[in-house]
Amino acid sequence: MTDPIFGRLDLSSFAFVRAFDNPTVSELIGAGAAMAVVLGGLAVLVILTWFRLWAPLLRVWLTSVDHKRIGIMYCVLALVMLTRGVIEGVLMRTQQAFGLHGGFLTPDHFSELFSTHGTIMIFFVAMPFIAGVINYVLPLQIGARDMAFPVMNQISLGLTATGAALVMLSLVVGEFSTGGWANYPPYTGADFQPGPGPDYWIWSIVLAGIGTTLSGINFAVTIYKGRAPGMSFLRMPIFCWTVICASIIMIFALPPLTVAALMLAADRYLDFHFFTNDLGGNMMNYVNLFWLFGHPEVYLLIIPCYGMFSEIVPTFSGKRIYGYMSMVYATMAIAVLSFCVWLHHFFTMGQSANVNAAFGIASMAIAIPTGVKIYNWVATIFRGRIRMTVPMIYVVGFFYLFTVGGLTGVMLANPVISYQVHNTLFLVAHFHNVIIPGVLFGLLAAYHYWFPKAFGFRLHEGWGRRAALLWIAGFSFTFLPLYWLGLQGMPRRSVTFSDPSFQPFMWLAFFGAALILSALTCICIQLWVSIRQRDRLAAPLGDPWNGRSLEWSIPSPPPAYNFAVIPQVTQRDEFTDAKATGRAYAEPEAYEDIEMPNNTAIGLIVCVCATALGLALVFWIWWLAALSFCAMVAALIGRTFHTETTHIIPAAEIAADHRAWLARVGVAGAVNRLDETHERNAGLAIPERPARAEPAE
Amino acid sequence: MSGGNLHPGLNLGDHHGKAHSGAEAVVFGFWIFLMSDVVIFGLVFASYLTAANPMGMAGGTGPAEAFDLGSVFAQTVILLASSLTFGFATLALRHEDGRRAIARWLAVSLFLGLGFLTLEMRDFAHMIEVGAVPQRSGYWSAFWGLVPLHGLHLAAGCLWIVVMLAQMATLGLVPAVKTRLLRLGLFWHCLDLIWVAVFSIVYLGGLMP
Amino acid sequence: MTDRQRETRMYLVGFGLALTLTLVPFALVHWGLMQGRTLAITIAVLAVAQIAVHLRFFLHIDLSRQKREDLQLILFTVLLLAIMAFGTLWIMGNLATRM
Ligand code: HEM
Ligand SMILES: [Cu+2]
Repeated sequence: MTDPIFGRLDLSSFAFVRAFDNPTVSELIGAGAAMAVVLGGLAVLVILTWFRLWAPLLRVWLTSVDHKRIGIMYCVLALVMLTRGVIEGVLMRTQQAFGLHGGFLTPDHFSELFSTHGTIMIFFVAMPFIAGVINYVLPLQIGARDMAFPVMNQISLGLTATGAALVMLSLVVGEFSTGGWANYPPYTGADFQPGPGPDYWIWSIVLAGIGTTLSGINFAVTIYKGRAPGMSFLRMPIFCWTVICASIIMIFALPPLTVAALMLAADRYLDFHFFTNDLGGNMMNYVNLFWLFGHPEVYLLIIPCYGMFSEIVPTFSGKRIYGYMSMVYATMAIAVLSFCVWLHHFFTMGQSANVNAAFGIASMAIAIPTGVKIYNWVATIFRGRIRMTVPMIYVVGFFYLFTVGGLTGVMLANPVISYQVHNTLFLVAHFHNVIIPGVLFGLLAAYHYWFPKAFGFRLHEGWGRRAALLWIAGFSFTFLPLYWLGLQGMPRRSVTFSDPSFQPFMWLAFFGAALILSALTCICIQLWVSIRQRDRLAAPLGDPWNGRSLEWSIPSPPPAYNFAVIPQVTQRDEFTDAKATGRAYAEPEAYEDIEMPNNTAIGLIVCVCATALGLALVFWIWWLAALSFCAMVAALIGRTFHTETTHIIPAAEIAADHRAWLARVGVAGAVNRLDETHERNAGLAIPERPARAEPAE
Repeated sequence: MSGGNLHPGLNLGDHHGKAHSGAEAVVFGFWIFLMSDVVIFGLVFASYLTAANPMGMAGGTGPAEAFDLGSVFAQTVILLASSLTFGFATLALRHEDGRRAIARWLAVSLFLGLGFLTLEMRDFAHMIEVGAVPQRSGYWSAFWGLVPLHGLHLAAGCLWIVVMLAQMATLGLVPAVKTRLLRLGLFWHCLDLIWVAVFSIVYLGGLMP
Repeated sequence: MTDRQRETRMYLVGFGLALTLTLVPFALVHWGLMQGRTLAITIAVLAVAQIAVHLRFFLHIDLSRQKREDLQLILFTVLLLAIMAFGTLWIMGNLATRM
């Protein structure tokens, strides 16, 4: 029986109480993590109150519908979650380093760790980070004032934050699923895990997933309907093309996840038989549905990162991207192919060899467009004006390591090989090998590249280099040994092992994990140092890297309305051409009033209601579930009765701001590329044609 | 229809000025949402088909004892009629017949929608009586995951009509209200479209001799 | 004929076609006029036809130049849905025969 008020929430749900009753190392680590969440939360509250930051936080950030602020909030969320995810990864590596016949964690705790680690890294690090960068950069690159649906954008952020909050809360109350990031039934069904764990997974994924689908719609409509005049599809920067593909995946690949998770919820809550062992349930269909989402999902992660590399490589090589059209076709091909290969995640489930062969061949085919891209980037760098700044260090690490990961992927696409290494550490090595050098390096490079745009000062180079090199070394030491362990037959997700010959490789991996942890520390130090030295690193004029696309043609940070006057686009790499022909930094003929959306609290309200709803569902507190759901619907409907949703920024104000910036540009000293990382670089570049003429298209 | 179509569905037309041009992005976005929703339904249909066999039925009640073809036929005709009346509401909006006329057709559609839901509830009650409940088998789980999903969508559509009636009364026919009516129309027609798949696959497929 | 009349007639024609395309399969099943595979295929064809009618007459999707974006979106959705749904049926059917 459950309590009518508290549902199945009771004292033993709290990690502290569990650790008090049963003080093992495992429980104490759990309580320590819970303590970190609680203390972290309290610290934030105290700091906000002490420095009287509540009002600005609410007014400037949490109620903002500005795509730039929303993008930054996504990135902050992702970095916070990244910290937790990395700590969990390092903890697992530590356990396994000591894991010969034992270790210090219980099997259940270890299972919870890889489940939360996987879920967090995919859904609450990679996805929000990508959503953040897209949000920030996309409207600037296509010459728009905001997303197509700014308020919905805020709601998407709110729902993503809800999912992350639920995963964080699971540290303190109840426990998370032990079923891995894919949460396969029947093990996650009510028969085997009656507790709240899988329910946390379900609701955090479903709620965040709705936010992601809405984001996909927003990005797609922004690109289709919001481009500046003259910005035809084939003049868009490659990053925008990758966003189209990513939004296609967000729109069409999230539904299978939602369906699978809600069916699992029906099994768990209402005793349905979608995936149960008995009465005609079919758990294989869950696997099928999950990977219908899962495979496109990994491409949703990597494709925008390809786009980020495609912006960084030309900029720091001083050349236009090589093979624009082939890049576009390759991106589209990857997006569509990514929907045709999902079965390679379950070659061993029992279907006939013919089915396996078909999906194996389709999977290998993806290597072709991916190879095209790699060659294009290499050709872009070739004989370019190369600067080995921090983003370029990540790019080089990406080239080498991602190629290894891609090749092991082609190996795994062969069903015969997959039968051998399925479910071993070989697979763990493979997917980290594409995800860390591909997605994470891409995002960290993008963070460096666009940070000065967002905040008006550059990030500290020295600490950035240290972090980048440590990431590359740390990744290599941590994950390359796992290929060998996997080939030797060490299963993934094992808390202990019994073969002493594994031991040295475990220690190597442990050493690598320590390097990764120091890489993360360097990133934190870098942020701190850069903020302290922001005056010396300032680049407010907007163009620190001699950029090629429109976002570099405006001040840093950009005004709320982005462009004083919407630019007229004449070609690809518009800003490079504008600088070369002297069209850049020109005073427009006339300024006009600009209509911008008003701030609103609806995203915040949705976030609070959805978090309450998720918790209520996890702990069977039905009254709260009904209440929060109704409150959310009422708030959303109520919002539609508002008619005053925009305000006007007068032309005079815009003109004054814009002229002040132009005046500063006029007196500033422009720097050449040798001084890019020097104090002198205030964001005005000497337009520099590459030594040899750029080939005509 | 004359030129100047900016988006799927019936357009307001140039004589609506800003409401017409403003509808372009919003309706296009809604159309994308509908396509995403269609994929959701498609996958639930596929899951239903994988369970529609003796293994999935696990020896329980079959469709023949549980379905009532006459009632399904009535539901189908009612829903189709509501699509027509909703079309008339959109026409009244496009040709500026005024709030009254629009509200009248919306009310008729709402009435038909509620009628559909009533009949559907009666069918469900009958199914529960004969033991065709989701707890019985994978097949009935798949059925109850699919058909009520359509019903829930329709209920949401009814709620939306009510909200729109209230907004027409309080805000008048401002551009935002007009584009919402256009989107609601797309939603309503799409649900009818999905119902075609429901009655063909689930009901006719289940009762095939 | 005015625009208004033409548009009204369009809805009425759509309604008539859809009603016919509904009546036929219901009649076939009710009176058992066809059996097995033939019936299944007939129902499927009629359903697809009716969906096309809904798209054309109620949702006003056509092949004219202006609305290409929407048509592309529909076709793309159909493509992906076909991959996902038929893939699911293929895989799950194959698994079922091997149990
Ligand atoms: C940064 C350092 C990282 C470390 C040290 C690390 C470590 C680990 C470890 C030890 C496991 C468990 C392997 C096993 O099953 O035995 C794991 C699993 C996993 N990791 Fe990571 N990881 C890191 C980064 C990432 C990133 C960036 C992502 C994705 C964006 C990621 C996604 C996953 C996923 C999806 C799993 C599978 C979880 C499951 O088994 O269900 N990891 N990781
Ligand atoms: Cu895959």
